[in-house]
Amino acid sequence: MSDQASSSGPAAAAKKEDEQEPHASFGQSLRDSILEGHTVTIIILAIFTGFVVGGLLNAFTNTTVLHAWGNFFSAPGHAIAAAWDTAVGAYVAMFEGSIFNPHTVAALFQQASFATAVHDGYLSAVFNPLSETCVQATPLILAGLAVALPYQAGLFNIGAEGQLIGGMILATYLGYGVSLPFFVHVVVCVIGGFVGGAAIGWLVGELKARTGAHEVVVTIMMNYIMIYFLAYLLSFGYLMQAPHTSNEITSPIAGDAHLPLLFGSHLRINAGFLIALACAAGIWWLLNRTTTGFEFRSIGKNPSAARVAGMNVERNWVLVMLIAGGLAGLSGATVIQGTDFTLNFQSYGTYGITAITVALLGLGRPLGVVLAGLLFGALDAGAPLMQAATGTPVSMVQVLQAVIVLFVAAPPLIRTMYRLRATRAGGVGEVMSKGWNG
Amino acid sequence: MTIADRVPPVDLDLAARPPSSAFRRWLAPVTFAVFGLVEIFVLGLNAHHGDATFAFSQPFAKVTVPNLSLPAAVTCYVCGALTLLVAAVRAFLPLGPALRRVAIAVVIFLFIVALLCWADAGLTTAVNVVNLLQGTLNDSIPIMLGALTGVVCSRSGVINIAIEGQLLLGAFTAAMVCSVTGSLWLGLVCGALAGSLVAVLLAIFAIGYRVDQVILGVVLNILILGLTTYLYDDLMVPYQNTLNSPNTFSVFKIPLLGDIPILGPVFFDATIFLYLTYIALAGIQVGLFSTRWGLRTRAIGEHPIAADTVGIPVIAMRYRNVIAAGLIAGIGGAYFTIGSVGAFGPNMTSGEGYIALAAMIFGRYTPFGAIGAALLFGFTTQLQSIMSTLNTPIQSNLLLMTPYIVTIIVLAGLVGKVRGPRAEGIPYVKA
Repeated sequence: MSDQASSSGPAAAAKKEDEQEPHASFGQSLRDSILEGHTVTIIILAIFTGFVVGGLLNAFTNTTVLHAWGNFFSAPGHAIAAAWDTAVGAYVAMFEGSIFNPHTVAALFQQASFATAVHDGYLSAVFNPLSETCVQATPLILAGLAVALPYQAGLFNIGAEGQLIGGMILATYLGYGVSLPFFVHVVVCVIGGFVGGAAIGWLVGELKARTGAHEVVVTIMMNYIMIYFLAYLLSFGYLMQAPHTSNEITSPIAGDAHLPLLFGSHLRINAGFLIALACAAGIWWLLNRTTTGFEFRSIGKNPSAARVAGMNVERNWVLVMLIAGGLAGLSGATVIQGTDFTLNFQSYGTYGITAITVALLGLGRPLGVVLAGLLFGALDAGAPLMQAATGTPVSMVQVLQAVIVLFVAAPPLIRTMYRLRATRAGGVGEVMSKGWNG
Repeated sequence: MTIADRVPPVDLDLAARPPSSAFRRWLAPVTFAVFGLVEIFVLGLNAHHGDATFAFSQPFAKVTVPNLSLPAAVTCYVCGALTLLVAAVRAFLPLGPALRRVAIAVVIFLFIVALLCWADAGLTTAVNVVNLLQGTLNDSIPIMLGALTGVVCSRSGVINIAIEGQLLLGAFTAAMVCSVTGSLWLGLVCGALAGSLVAVLLAIFAIGYRVDQVILGVVLNILILGLTTYLYDDLMVPYQNTLNSPNTFSVFKIPLLGDIPILGPVFFDATIFLYLTYIALAGIQVGLFSTRWGLRTRAIGEHPIAADTVGIPVIAMRYRNVIAAGLIAGIGGAYFTIGSVGAFGPNMTSGEGYIALAAMIFGRYTPFGAIGAALLFGFTTQLQSIMSTLNTPIQSNLLLMTPYIVTIIVLAGLVGKVRGPRAEGIPYVKA
């Protein structure tokens, strides 16, 4: 317990990483993280509880349901049925929009011949929800890694949003501003995205290392600075606004700079998803197989001890923020090059904010971030269909995500709710958190 | 676990201490010098010919003060020269902490004067100083109240990043309650209670379940942002007239005091929210430093074990303080809807809670310091609107960045090392 006193975490389970075998293979650590009963149990229960809370919220704010409750005494069954229908209907629609929609399969088999059905895109329609989930998950995984990596080094990076905008700006500029052959152009834009985000991350790390300015406040401020900077670039015909338009939008990037689609033109899933998975694997390798990663984790556990051991804490802070910024920038580049193709004032969306919840749900670990990114990507992908089918606003998803993470952050609460026993002496989740100075 | 494990280490900020003291030594003087050079070579050389005029009274004021006209370019040069002088003094003379703060204030003041002279040079419209200050004070109300909440929480040993969420839920609740009931006062009370509700969540998770408070605050903010946006989309949009059309508090001018030239309209001619801010400021200043409650609050924030040893209920007191402080931020949130704009809009606090947090740190965790810093941030926003009405060639989006850039500069350079309450952010485990 005393070694936990000096470190921090949203869930103490993250701490157990240092207990695993130093030379565990990727497969083994995957198996470990699945078999770690109580951690996984708590996360699954947290997700379940989050969905229940979200469903209740949905049911009790829906206007038809409220109307039915008004007639509760004349028709009590009707009110409860209406509440149930609303809550479950929203989740069913979300599932159909993000994973599997039975209607598409029915449509596929109604076609005269399988070959024409495939040609007309009916097969793609079956896989479209999964493709959309991956498309939504791509920026979330990359930006989630941008929060998770510094978290391992004891820094809380709330600035994924600003870093993502930095990456988007540079990737878009290289996308329409220069002309290069196909493959080279894609690579140049992706690298540009990394550099754009890394520059912002580097600035934060440098400020932290040299002046001690707390990274949480600095990254929050950088988010707003980058939002206004983007607005500046896009407005009044300055710099990046597309010629001959009054809209705040850039010219579309060249076709050469689009990330290649993976499964034909009907599905939006693109190479960005592979980049995200590769980055997650790369970060896992960096953290667990390299000296740099060891230094990051040591500093995250106890910066004073790391300094005494001869590690350069400041240099590592700068480095980890630089890499994190780059990952967030990559996330922006995949949005521009994979799906949006132009940069406007809505492009950055809520990826930067959701990234924080993704990293926390993923316990700050690369594999966890991938899984959390896929889950939240699925929620985002299913939300539009949910709104169309049941009238529940898309912003419901944000509530769900925050509630889930709030429960994940407090394992004792989940344990109390479900009467679970603490599995280890001292109890998981007895997190001793740190102050500003940690 | 032994008691020694729970005692905060003696030197908590060992890790945060930068090794390069030369960098730190020259940071403030060099920053000052840059300001001075900008005043001379950017503002002074580019100023239009003619005078800059400053007005000191509003139209129809009972007592008027004559306008002040300054030759624009010359004023810029003088301000620049004075700033360079301050930079030199700061670099080569050993100044005490109080004088260093005076130096910062002087440099900022000179820069603002130079900037306004440059913007107004040769124009017939005068810069109305009273309007500028009045706007600053009113626009800063949520930041001031949020920062005061932060001071109480931090002094009690709890990091409150959820100020943003408290403001947002306060704004939402005040708008909704006021629209439904038609009562402004009920809206105000419920807005305050909403801020307190977020504080209850913060307290339960941070004090009770000992969740990392920085992370918790951010998650709570995301939760409140999502929740208010969802309820706005789900309820307020379809029922705009019944659920989202609150009245707003009207301006109440204090008799006699409100007629004092310059000071009257700035300080005593405002809505109830500004007067509540005065009360909160005075109450927290006196409370923290002159009452038993304040001594105990500071004790549980600095050294909870010592406080517990002498019989102060650390955990209970932290709960009480955090939840009570939430009321203040809730009132600050209510200002957004029933104090100024009227209708609620998604994410309408637009990060002012975070600025309040920065103001609290910049203000060195003291009530007056926090209020001063909050006013500085409010002033930059106000300056931006004045600059855009004067048609300066600076882009409004770049001007809107200034509060955030100022925050970073302040945190990184000018403010030096701020030492927070020692036990801030560390949950207390009773032995």
